[in-house]
Amino acid sequence: MSVEVAELTPLEQDAFAEIANMGVSRAAASLRQMLGEQVLLSVPAVHIVNRETAAKLAERGTGSRLVAVQQGFEGPFSGRALLIFPEAQSLELVRSIIGGDQSLEDVIDLEHEALAETGNVILNACLATIANVLRKTMRMSLPTVIRGDGATLFAAPPGGADLVLFLYIDFTIKRHDMHGFIALLMDLPSIAALKEIVQDFIKKVQK
Amino acid sequence: MNYTVLVVDDSRLARMVMASAFRRLRPEWTLVEAIGADEALGAIASDPIDIALIDFNMPGLDGLELVARIRERAPEMPIALVSANLQDEIIARARELKAAFIAKPLTDEALGAFLSGASLRLRKAKQ
Repeated sequence: MSVEVAELTPLEQDAFAEIANMGVSRAAASLRQMLGEQVLLSVPAVHIVNRETAAKLAERGTGSRLVAVQQGFEGPFSGRALLIFPEAQSLELVRSIIGGDQSLEDVIDLEHEALAETGNVILNACLATIANVLRKTMRMSLPTVIRGDGATLFAAPPGGADLVLFLYIDFTIKRHDMHGFIALLMDLPSIAALKEIVQDFIKKVQK
Repeated sequence: MNYTVLVVDDSRLARMVMASAFRRLRPEWTLVEAIGADEALGAIASDPIDIALIDFNMPGLDGLELVARIRERAPEMPIALVSANLQDEIIARARELKAAFIAKPLTDEALGAFLSGASLRLRKAKQ
């Protein structure tokens, strides 16, 4: 791995954060529609870290029992987008989305499907915004639900690199005292591709 | 009439995108950039600012808190909150503070429409 790839210039760091921020802000607006109440966002963080560090960042403030809806994306750069929250809040989230009048059995029955669909709407809003900003087409896989600690969520695919670009934004839903985050994970070849695309984007903006 | 516009965004890229749109739409206007609420309030205290464009999600005071602070000094200044966060509460709060809302990703159409409305209001206020 070359040093140039692993390091972002301050402007690239800023550009990655701003583009992710637009994506996640749109995603939060979709989540707000589904929940019927406001979703608060933190400012975005951008790091190039190993997977273990990413896992620790994910567990900070949420504990190690996590549930995530993840969706792969592929295009000029590829990676995964994840909607992550503490496992203990999964049923509560599902219940707030499908409405409070369902029995616990129904909520448990619907949990998997509701999580996948919620993740699908939110992550698509995020990724589609990023694709539009960069004027690139991205294909998105179907959502899958994973449970486990940070290391399980961020495990490398076979042959996958350990170093990843990790972009994340915390969200809080006040009334339900719910907390989670939206993360984007990309490996080194994608970081290099994304750097080029962002540099082109910056050049166009400077004209 | 040329105006001075304050652009507040913690992201340099976002300020560059805004400056680029101004070069196409209102190249003769003056832009003053601020990276956050403190700089923005400083600029308003020292420069004759006519219009403000303010990002929502910033470290420190957020965009709405900043608009509220600006309103104490400049109750009639045309202001737009600029954000991809299209949540009802945020748009409603902007409206309460008499600020417009412009969605990110920024388009020339949305910015142009706001600037036309803003110049009209500023001209009327002068009469």
